Amino acid sequence: MQRFLSHYYWSDMHRKITIKALTLVFLLVSIATFANDDKKSKGKETHQTEKTKEQREKEVEEYIPHHLLDSHDFSLFSYTSDEGEHVYIGFPLPVILWDDGLKVFMSSKFHHGETIAQVGDSHYKLDHGKIYKTDTAGTITYDADHHATNVKPLDFSITKNVFTVMFVALLMFLLFSRMAKAYNNNGSMPKGMGRLLEPIVLYIRDDIAKPNIGEKHYKRYMSYLLTVFFFIWIINLFGLTPLGVNVTNNIAITFCLAILTYILTTFTAKKDYWKHIFWMPGVPVPMKFILMPIELLGTIIKPFSLMIRLYANITAGHIVLMSILGMIFIAQNWLGGSLSFVLAMVLGILELLVAALQAYIFTMLSALYFGAAVEEHDHH
Amino acid sequence: MTGLNFIGAGLVVIGAGIGIGQIGGKAMEAIARQPEATGKIQTAMLIAAALIEGIGFAALFAV
Amino acid sequence: MDKLIQDFSIGLFFWQLILFVGLVLLLKKFAWKPILGAVNEREEGIKTALASAEDAKKEMQNLNASNEQLLKDARAERDALMKDARDIKDKMIADAKEETKEITAKLIENAQASIVQEKQAALAELKKQVAELSIGIAETVIKKELASKDDQLKLVEEILKEVTLK
Repeated sequence: MQRFLSHYYWSDMHRKITIKALTLVFLLVSIATFANDDKKSKGKETHQTEKTKEQREKEVEEYIPHHLLDSHDFSLFSYTSDEGEHVYIGFPLPVILWDDGLKVFMSSKFHHGETIAQVGDSHYKLDHGKIYKTDTAGTITYDADHHATNVKPLDFSITKNVFTVMFVALLMFLLFSRMAKAYNNNGSMPKGMGRLLEPIVLYIRDDIAKPNIGEKHYKRYMSYLLTVFFFIWIINLFGLTPLGVNVTNNIAITFCLAILTYILTTFTAKKDYWKHIFWMPGVPVPMKFILMPIELLGTIIKPFSLMIRLYANITAGHIVLMSILGMIFIAQNWLGGSLSFVLAMVLGILELLVAALQAYIFTMLSALYFGAAVEEHDHH
Repeated sequence: MTGLNFIGAGLVVIGAGIGIGQIGGKAMEAIARQPEATGKIQTAMLIAAALIEGIGFAALFAV
Repeated sequence: MDKLIQDFSIGLFFWQLILFVGLVLLLKKFAWKPILGAVNEREEGIKTALASAEDAKKEMQNLNASNEQLLKDARAERDALMKDARDIKDKMIADAKEETKEITAKLIENAQASIVQEKQAALAELKKQVAELSIGIAETVIKKELASKDDQLKLVEEILKEVTLK
């Protein structure tokens, strides 16, 4: 038995090291191609008209928030051809609008924001990643804060982020359902990817769910915890690839995940949980009245901090990484270039850690809140 | 938006940084004292750090 | 904060909610339940295997212990039997010795008593004979006294010789 275990751990260890090496190589390639793509597009432009350093700075400054935004097409990169034409490499995605009825068309109609899309009698224009209803000329009016004042139709488009979420969901479904099937055919032993994923699944069960929720209730939350962990982790990793997708830096995504945790906590809570919020036992009566709003606020602050934490960590990571990569194009010399390359690589490794760490923390804190909801206080 | 907002946010970030530093340092000490409890200490450390981090972010986004 | 609310995309939220909840439910049915079930089953299997191994070990130990007990009992019984036999033997020897001693003592006593009797009888005989002899000598001496003094002496001498010879 001992021998079997030690072998198991050894191979586990070995596997971990292999994964680390693989991800490192992957990261290196991704950053290299990322830099390469940008250099290609920018290089052509500089060839055409030599830009000043200030112009380049401005360009990078504009590019970073653009990268962070959602978009209606899946473009990997774009460049300006020798004829001065913008060439986009990627594919369009469907646009679904609710504006006096459902309107569906492909985002290629916008030509990357360069033209106005006409659907029936309505005209729509893309401005900074958002769709506005315009007149036939496509005028967009701005208020003092540079916010467009045009009517925004309800946008249920399959954007780049929605597409990525779908893709990751499909990937996860295939991965884990295949893993589950392998158990049946292999006598309760994992096979292939399952061998790699099983320790993580067990870690979530034994080190996150069981100690925080308790032996008695943890089973009800396992599906959510496992899904949320792998979803955040995989989608964060996708954000680090040169595909340029960036899902978890959308407040809507993290809000959705946080609200699910909140709903699960609230609707599965036991009597003790509510008792501790509205009528804290073991404190004098005046204190109970003071604690009530604080505790009530706490239940909302908890998921709020979940939402903000994930969003801010990923956004900050991407902004810093993009800024350092942008320095290559601002400096445009071997020293600045290689320095920011090394910095970006180190930061990329850190981001790889953050990708997993944020998934872990989200899962861990969710489990902690579930644990508080189902906890039974025997001592009162 | 005045500059005071940013100074305030900066102060909060400094505070959060000190707090997380304290947690990390104490966790290191605890691990050095009881290496067998490393797993539990790390978990508690991450949770505490995450909570403080939340305050830092709240300040950043309130600006 | 303003920027966050400004950036909030209802469409994205909508899709994420549908896709994620769908994913949780689908994975629950097709992945997590079978995976956790299989893992649980395996762990239970290992646990029961370990427990049964432990049981077998304990049983083995019990068996060994009872064997030893049996052996010990048998040895004790043998020892007891041996001790009994030895005791009986010792007692028999002791009894025999005692009896012999008694008989011997009695025999010696008897012998001594008969010796004393014989001795007294012999002494009494001796005394009688001495008395008769003395009377005989005195008779003869008195008879011969009148003949000669030499004869008398001779006679005494002869009688004495005779007495000595006798």
